[in-house]
Amino acid sequence: MYGKGLRPLSIATVAMLALSLSLVFFYAPLDADQGFIQKIFYIHVPLAIVALLGFVAGGVFAILHLRSGDKRWDAYSYVSIHMSVIFGVAVLITGAIWAKASWGHWWVWDEPTLVSFLIVFLLYATYYPFRYAIEDRDRQARYASVFAVAAGAFVPLNFMAVRMAQQLVHPRVFATSSGGLPGEMMLTFLCSLAAMALLWITLVKFELAAKSTSGQVKRLRRALDAPGPANRSRIAPEVS
Amino acid sequence: MTPSRAAFAAILGKDLRAELRTLQSLPAMAIFAVTTFVIFRFGLDRTQLSGDLASGVLWATLLFAAVLGINRLFVTEREEGGFDAIRLAPIDRSVLFAAKATALVIYLLALELIAVPIFALFFLDSVAALGPLVAVLVLADLGLAATGTLISSMAVNSRARDLLVPLVLLPLVVPLMIAATGATEPLLAAGGPGYERFGTWLMVLGLYDLIFVLLGYAVFDFLLED
Amino acid sequence: MIPTLHNPLQMASTQEIPSPAIVLAGLRRDFGDRAALDGVGLELAAGETLVVLGPNGAGKTTLLRILATLLRPSGGAISVLGCALPREAWKLRGQIGYLGHEPLLYRDLSGRENLRFHARLHGLEGAAAEARIDEVLAAAQMDRRGDDRVVELSAGMRQRLAICRCVLHRPALLLLDEPDSNLDAEGRELARGLIGPDAEATRVVVTHDPDRFLPEADQVLRLGIGERAAVA
Repeated sequence: MYGKGLRPLSIATVAMLALSLSLVFFYAPLDADQGFIQKIFYIHVPLAIVALLGFVAGGVFAILHLRSGDKRWDAYSYVSIHMSVIFGVAVLITGAIWAKASWGHWWVWDEPTLVSFLIVFLLYATYYPFRYAIEDRDRQARYASVFAVAAGAFVPLNFMAVRMAQQLVHPRVFATSSGGLPGEMMLTFLCSLAAMALLWITLVKFELAAKSTSGQVKRLRRALDAPGPANRSRIAPEVS
Repeated sequence: MTPSRAAFAAILGKDLRAELRTLQSLPAMAIFAVTTFVIFRFGLDRTQLSGDLASGVLWATLLFAAVLGINRLFVTEREEGGFDAIRLAPIDRSVLFAAKATALVIYLLALELIAVPIFALFFLDSVAALGPLVAVLVLADLGLAATGTLISSMAVNSRARDLLVPLVLLPLVVPLMIAATGATEPLLAAGGPGYERFGTWLMVLGLYDLIFVLLGYAVFDFLLED
Repeated sequence: MIPTLHNPLQMASTQEIPSPAIVLAGLRRDFGDRAALDGVGLELAAGETLVVLGPNGAGKTTLLRILATLLRPSGGAISVLGCALPREAWKLRGQIGYLGHEPLLYRDLSGRENLRFHARLHGLEGAAAEARIDEVLAAAQMDRRGDDRVVELSAGMRQRLAICRCVLHRPALLLLDEPDSNLDAEGRELARGLIGPDAEATRVVVTHDPDRFLPEADQVLRLGIGERAAVA
């Protein structure tokens, strides 16, 4: 049932990605200061925004799980966080490339947004060992939800604290002297953002569909008294 | 239902009585802190500290010493049946969160009562900063106690108990440490205490405390279910 | 403050115990893929004794923990003292005396300090609490060792203290898991006085030892592994 609508969604995602990449390379003007490398901005920033929204979504699903006790919300929360952590790796890599190209170093500590993102990423990276350490399935789901809620509250607090610790904030693409992004850049950026969001939703739906299918296979096997595969995941929630 | 005040007093009193009798956590935390100061003395090869270095050494040490106490916070409840006893009683379960967080604040204050004067004796020129430092310590302790109690209560029911607390707690307290070191750094500056952005940092600490105390209170019920 | 729902001191005597005390229908509890309990059903009148028998792993302790509100059922209808579980578990707490495998006593506190702690959790304070603690300690002949730390006591004495803890707040329902474990003949006799068939409470006793408890039973529940429960 999670597979419903997956095909049109996938097609829309591919189309949107193609459109946004064409805009990035053929439509958006070259940045006056940074030149061609600035185009990584259209990948890096949308990825980061989608990953952060995914973490927030994981927290919202976790609240729904705690309120209703319905294990399905735990699966949503797990998959959201899982996908956002994967996106997070891409954010850190693209951020490092951008930093190397514009400032000459792979990592810069005085870029507060990137540092904040690293800290958020480190916290969510502990989500996996945290789940793994709790054996009872119900308890694992409940504790993981509490983790997701606490981490969700942590995200804005962390961004605020890191930004305040910065004496000097680097000039940002959004805050150019002319005040804001030129029209073509803005359009390209919004397209990229929509493409990344669609990509995230599609991948989340794919993973939920896969989990749901393997859950059904498991139930069928049990009904037929057939032996199941021994190596199933201990931390991923099951979806019915 | 038993009034929450009575249940709170019962749990807190029991914890403090047991700690005073066995001295399981506090001496370990204090000894650990003092040894860490000595390691920093050689690691940094400094006999005098001020400003950012002093603030960093102080907070890193206090945080790691706190982790020792946080690890042990729920061990007796887990091993000697306290969780069951409390769940059988007609009390509001959030009381356990409040009592344990309060106990942790008391342990942390006791730790700082020992460790901070020794830190000053080892590394500082003057003790003028210690007065205003108390405000930073108290606010940071509240936040550390709220997150620590939350994580500890979950870690104790896992099979990686001692691993989980530092693993999850450290990234979670990064904003708290940013604010605490930010406020402490000018206080310990070489030329006498300064108060640059002191109020702002105290407000960040207060905000962190507020958010995590409320959060812990709200979700603690779910952690005691089985 | 939330109003006090009951006074533990007078509960067993004055509070009207709804009859029947326990109703189970289709009770089920899963641990992962495995069903520890599947389709348990019974009805126990107030004041009666239910003896639960079965081999290791049959779910006896699971059943007891569900009745004590310590474990959520996976399915089925459960009513204990008129409270539907798990929804109304909060109403039931404080009316249950639970004696499990663990004594639920802090090792570094004395017996008396432990009992005082439990009394306060159940809303008993001051002179009334002290009197009740003296009473149960005397009944278990633990009054002379009451100020020793639990860690210094033998296993049998810990069990006696655990029995004191279990009956301290005069519960209307006693849930007893192998209540005689670690007790010698004298201890068993003393336990009989506190949690035996003459206690003014409904009792559920889980045991391996049918000879000892069957004579006290009004009802017997036999749990098997992988089969449905049978009520005899």
